Amino acid sequence: MVEILGNIHSIESCGTVDGPGIRFVVFLQGCPLRCLYCHNPDTWEIKENQRMSADEILQQYDGVKEFCHGGITVTGGEPLLQMDFVTDLFKKAHQKGIHTALDTSGLLFNKDATDKMDALLEFTDLVLLDIKHIDDDEHKKLTKHSNKTILDFAQYLSQIKKPMWVRHVVVPGITFNEKYLAKLGEFLATLHNVVALDVLPYHDMAIPKYQNLGIPYPLLGVSPLTKEQALSARKIILDAYKHARNNMNATHSL
Amino acid sequence: MAEVTSENMNSYDGFVGGKWQTEINVRDFIQKNYTLYEGDASFLAGPTEATKKLWDICCDLSKKEREKGGVLDMDTKVVSSIVSHGAGYLDKNLETIVGFQTDAPFKRSLQPFGGIRMAETSCKSYGYEVDPEISEIFTKYRKTHNQGVFDVYTPEMKAARHSGIITGLPDAYGRGRIIGDYRRIALYGIDRLIQDKQEQFKSLEGEMTPERIQLREEIAEQIRALKEMIELGKIYGFDISKPAKNAKEAIQWLYFGYLSAVKEQNGAAMSLGRTSTFLDIYIERDLKKGLITEEQAQEMIDHFIMKLRLVKFARTPEYNELFSGDPTWVTESIGGVGVDGRPLVTKTSFRYLRTLENLGTAPEPNLTVLWSKRLPHAFKEYCAHISIKTSSIQYENDDLMRVTHGDDYAIACCVSSMVVGKEMQFFGARANLAKCMLYAINGGIDEKSKEQIGPKYRPITSEYLDYDEVMARYEDMMEWLAGLYVNTLNIIHYMHDKYCYERSQMALHDRDVKRYFATGIAGLSVVADSLSAIKYAKVKTIRDENGVVVDYEVEGDFPKYGNNDDRVDQLAVNIVKKFMGMIRKHFTYRNSIPTMSILTITSNVVYGKKTGNTPDGRKAGIPLAPGANPMHGRDTHGAVASLASVAKLPFNDAQDGISNTFSIIPNALGKDEVFMGDLDIQLDCGCCEGTCK
Repeated sequence: MVEILGNIHSIESCGTVDGPGIRFVVFLQGCPLRCLYCHNPDTWEIKENQRMSADEILQQYDGVKEFCHGGITVTGGEPLLQMDFVTDLFKKAHQKGIHTALDTSGLLFNKDATDKMDALLEFTDLVLLDIKHIDDDEHKKLTKHSNKTILDFAQYLSQIKKPMWVRHVVVPGITFNEKYLAKLGEFLATLHNVVALDVLPYHDMAIPKYQNLGIPYPLLGVSPLTKEQALSARKIILDAYKHARNNMNATHSL
Repeated sequence: MAEVTSENMNSYDGFVGGKWQTEINVRDFIQKNYTLYEGDASFLAGPTEATKKLWDICCDLSKKEREKGGVLDMDTKVVSSIVSHGAGYLDKNLETIVGFQTDAPFKRSLQPFGGIRMAETSCKSYGYEVDPEISEIFTKYRKTHNQGVFDVYTPEMKAARHSGIITGLPDAYGRGRIIGDYRRIALYGIDRLIQDKQEQFKSLEGEMTPERIQLREEIAEQIRALKEMIELGKIYGFDISKPAKNAKEAIQWLYFGYLSAVKEQNGAAMSLGRTSTFLDIYIERDLKKGLITEEQAQEMIDHFIMKLRLVKFARTPEYNELFSGDPTWVTESIGGVGVDGRPLVTKTSFRYLRTLENLGTAPEPNLTVLWSKRLPHAFKEYCAHISIKTSSIQYENDDLMRVTHGDDYAIACCVSSMVVGKEMQFFGARANLAKCMLYAINGGIDEKSKEQIGPKYRPITSEYLDYDEVMARYEDMMEWLAGLYVNTLNIIHYMHDKYCYERSQMALHDRDVKRYFATGIAGLSVVADSLSAIKYAKVKTIRDENGVVVDYEVEGDFPKYGNNDDRVDQLAVNIVKKFMGMIRKHFTYRNSIPTMSILTITSNVVYGKKTGNTPDGRKAGIPLAPGANPMHGRDTHGAVASLASVAKLPFNDAQDGISNTFSIIPNALGKDEVFMGDLDIQLDCGCCEGTCK
């Protein structure tokens, strides 16, 4: 059998923000989205970078496993562009008892053809789902794509009870908006697999990366979200979430 | 042996007895009496009004000192000794722990025994002048350590020192790195220690070999120092000839011991030892008796730490440049685990760390946590909390060092481990292995001065460097360097013992101390990467008009140290093993045990300045990486991979310590708790199917 090789952007041996615990994070090369606030524009292009097999990656993990107790997270780029490779990696990781997390936008999900996805999810312990924008029109402005498949994916994961962290980047003037934040909370209330909400305040630390790549920075002039603003955004989402849940419970008990 | 007298009985009331009563054995006292604390930090107290006022005075004086250009006052007339000065205070009525190096805080003492030139230059650079009479005495009539060394240095040693292939040698200043067991004064009182030393002295009669004569003279000096310590106590109104009777006295007695050391020695590192768990025994006893409150306990520790922060020495701008500041290395080792498996964490371990909150952050004293997997969880959490808040804690691997040193060792300077009161070291600065590689390539010609410094071995003449050829030449050059280096240090320590002996610190040691001969290396990551570049890429030499290689062009990529890649990491491991093996071949002064450190924390900047272009592509003048760190920016696989590379270095061949300077932006350590894994969202999970784990 031909070994499936991944197209790797880079590896971080001390990931502390992409899933529970200290994690071994594999960044894959290539992404179909062009989120205005993206902080990894160097992973966009679907070009040849470093080719590595699942075994090679697990061998590297082996060298640091005493410290990376959390497990392995695959992110990108968009990992679902290399689904066969990720499935192979997670399958082999599970054989070694390693916790696996998939950080994805969910864009490539197709609810009418889930075979491949099911095969991957079988070996995935946790999905980190990035919901970029709850409003479809705004989502298109932000990423150049509809959010339909993404929300489908969230619902699908809820259906199959796959634990999920929802991540949401709050950007002044784009998602830092009471209406949209509340709408996101209401949507989350309909799901039954959300174990954590990760509110990510927008930052502009990626500007030098854009400069190096010669790409104009799309959000020039947008100031980073403050901690207080992030806290208020989180509260709006959670309040709407709880409110919606209470209503649902009330309906159930009638 | 001193008997337990009725007066001692009072001091020892409530303590569990043991061997410590019939011999000088602080460890036994600690093991029998300490109270392990596994709880959290919630018991801790904040600063008292007195503490705040005192610290304000200190901050004010610090500000004045900065405004005056770095030194507030210097003594130019009185040669510092244990009893040279009267009492000095910040505010006598507020201080619970007292004592300064001179008769006023922030007034630097005059210590010419290491070298009169150093003392004169230190004064001159801040606009002071050493009393001409003192200059005359220490030039004409009383030889110093510095003069002794330069009397016997060989031309080769002077050249190597000048070119910087051996740097930072303690030949013009105090060697430091010796830790007196200051706890002994609190536990036993000076009278008992003198009695013990007198017995040691008596045990050294019979055949008068040079070694025995030397030791007898030293013990005679130690006894003299102990007697002066009693006088020092009296200057501040205390009688430290007897054991401490309570916590306040225990801290004060201990501090007088340390103060004696820093009044007599301007050492490169004047570390404190491992005192927190010892002092906790006294604090616990007083708390139990209801004699003090937690606030008072914390206040005494705060005041003690404040004193340690104010230890100051007269130093030259060059010295400060070498060490990137004016460090005193008042290292205090906290925590660790006993050989019986009980962690040595007490409430006072917490209280020491708490000072960083009560007084604000500070680099001194260098609070060092002896880290073990088996430390109590709550203590680990508090350490993490303080680290995040203040960036002021150093961590060392207790699980690694306990094997060699047991459970009553402490760290001198930044990484040098030694059993308190039983082991000491001869500090040896370091040899620049990166520069040594350039010498190997150029046949001993210095790449900067173009002078012949090393032996005139055959240089490499090919355009592209060949790994096997470079390695063979490099080994020859390292052999030369190891020999020269060890013998230079032999001279230095002979003279330091002769002209600048640490009598007060050694008075707080056993008779037969184990001595380490602590060599060191700089530039390890540059060497590893250079060898890797030569082996895995192509390195082209660029020569000046005389054929001396002055630069390198690297063609292609190569594995870099710091990415957990064995191809290069093992090159680093090999160099460490090899050089240590070469060091071990030579005679070392006073039968000391040779060790090696990989630990430059600040001086790597100066070493970099003295090192030309290197085959890894590093440009001349660029700082070497600190300690065993990978070169800046070359570790691209994250912190764990970087640390894993460093962790491969063998402690057996670098027993004096391996340091890794690590900084990380707080956000990369994980998110603020409010943003991560929000628990609110699971509040209602009783009602919804299958969402809770």
